[in-house]
Amino acid sequence: MLELKNISFSVEADGQDKEIIRDVSLTIPDNKFVVVTGPNGGGKSTLARLIAGIEKPVSGSILLNGEDITDKSITERAKLGLGYAFQQPVRFKGITVLDLIRIAAGKRLTPGDACEYLSSVGLCARDYIDREVDASLSGGELKRIEIATVLAKGSTLSVFDEPEAGIDLWSFQNLIEVFEGMRENISNSSILIISHQERILNIADEIVVLRNGQLVKHGSKDEVLPELIGTSEAIKECRNGVVVRSGGEA
Amino acid sequence: MMKFDEIQLRLLSEVADLHSVPEGAYNIRSNGESAGRVSTANIEITPKEEGNGLDIHIKPGTKNESVHIPVVMTKSGLKELVYNDFYIGEGADVVIVAGCGIDNCGPDDSEHDGIHRFFVGKNASVKYVEKHYGSGNGKGKRILNPGTEIYMEEGSYAEMEMVQIKGVDDTDRKTTATLKANAKLIVRERLMTHGDQRAISLYDITIDGDGASADVVSRSVARDNSYQRFDAKIVGNTACHGHTECDSIIMDNGRILAVPGLEANNVDAELFHEAAIGKIAGEQLIKLMTLGLTEAEAEEQIINGFLK
Repeated sequence: MLELKNISFSVEADGQDKEIIRDVSLTIPDNKFVVVTGPNGGGKSTLARLIAGIEKPVSGSILLNGEDITDKSITERAKLGLGYAFQQPVRFKGITVLDLIRIAAGKRLTPGDACEYLSSVGLCARDYIDREVDASLSGGELKRIEIATVLAKGSTLSVFDEPEAGIDLWSFQNLIEVFEGMRENISNSSILIISHQERILNIADEIVVLRNGQLVKHGSKDEVLPELIGTSEAIKECRNGVVVRSGGEA
Repeated sequence: MMKFDEIQLRLLSEVADLHSVPEGAYNIRSNGESAGRVSTANIEITPKEEGNGLDIHIKPGTKNESVHIPVVMTKSGLKELVYNDFYIGEGADVVIVAGCGIDNCGPDDSEHDGIHRFFVGKNASVKYVEKHYGSGNGKGKRILNPGTEIYMEEGSYAEMEMVQIKGVDDTDRKTTATLKANAKLIVRERLMTHGDQRAISLYDITIDGDGASADVVSRSVARDNSYQRFDAKIVGNTACHGHTECDSIIMDNGRILAVPGLEANNVDAELFHEAAIGKIAGEQLIKLMTLGLTEAEAEEQIINGFLK
């Protein structure tokens, strides 16, 4: 279980403090698939980075399974069971897909075992296992490999920051099945996904709406989704069939 | 054959991946003298009359054979200059593994300057692997100054893999090549310097034949207070293709100077240079830290991959 208690975060811009996250409190229970949505620039990615430890809150505290992790480093949080998938996956010269999956798993997996993680994200494993995680891979391929590393790491809470960002609609349609698979096999872990996609929202247990850095709604899918579809601009784009590229940093 | 001690065996494994006597032709040079030499039916290794190096003759048409000529030095204060000439016959296809390991625990500088000349015959193909490695905690420096000269006949192919990852205090390397028609040269250099080390790598490649190509790629890491200079010049005198690339990571107070040099003397010469120098990207470190590595472990993984 992850608990955020009165989390605030701000950055300095033009000599002034700009508040990105304002007093957000949120609990992600075990075995739940929770989607955070909301307009671009609302603070979703920042929230994910705060959970992973990449950013530190100005005030408030973060608890993982009851343990206060607010002052813990990225590495310590990862070891305690937090997983984090980048919105824009990182490329490495010379590090192969197999290397990265081995690092994630924390042991020297056989190529066969590593391939299973690739297969589960819909990649034909033998074509990829020896490839470098560099600019030769497409955005969609990188996204899948990024997800495979998070699966290989094995986390009690995995955070995915806008898996749909930066890839074409066709690739994303296939990726949704990967998340549907994760939803089915969620036992003993929780998943937090930042997304604008209706199909992702549709498989959520709970939906959180973040706007202007504030939590404006949190409830079950049945409770929140109908309202969103009726009104929210966050949903509008995907109903028009356009995959939205996120605003990113805010 | 001379018996090797533990340090010599370690150096041999570092520079030539040798754990026992190699197959095929070889010459192992240890502390200034030959510690074992074997020629084969197709590859003849003979010492030069002046006693300062080897002539290696590979018969035309020799296929799938290899030559190992590693050098190890464990005596402090030893300095040597060696000339090895490789004559690769027409149509041959061979692998040559060289490399030098110096272990210097003493107070005096140890230096090995190896000048390798390659005469690559018509349509011959050679893969050359050279690794340099230093160890030992003496005050004496470990110095390696390799010179490589490559003369490529028509239609020949040479792939040079040159690696210096650790422990060499001072190095001046110079590689020159001339290419005739349809010859193809590929160079892959990997370099890491640390401490107060200094490494200079100069390339001077002249393309004299139509359809010939040269591709020189250097990946390097400069850490601590070390300094590197990569100076790559390609002269295209014909309808040819040339590419040089320097891709470098700097850490701590490391410094790197990359100097491009392209000279096109023919309207159909196509020459390119790329250079990028910078520190490890923060996002790369963060990604590996989210997988549970510490920052130092993440750095090591990134550098190992980069120099692989």
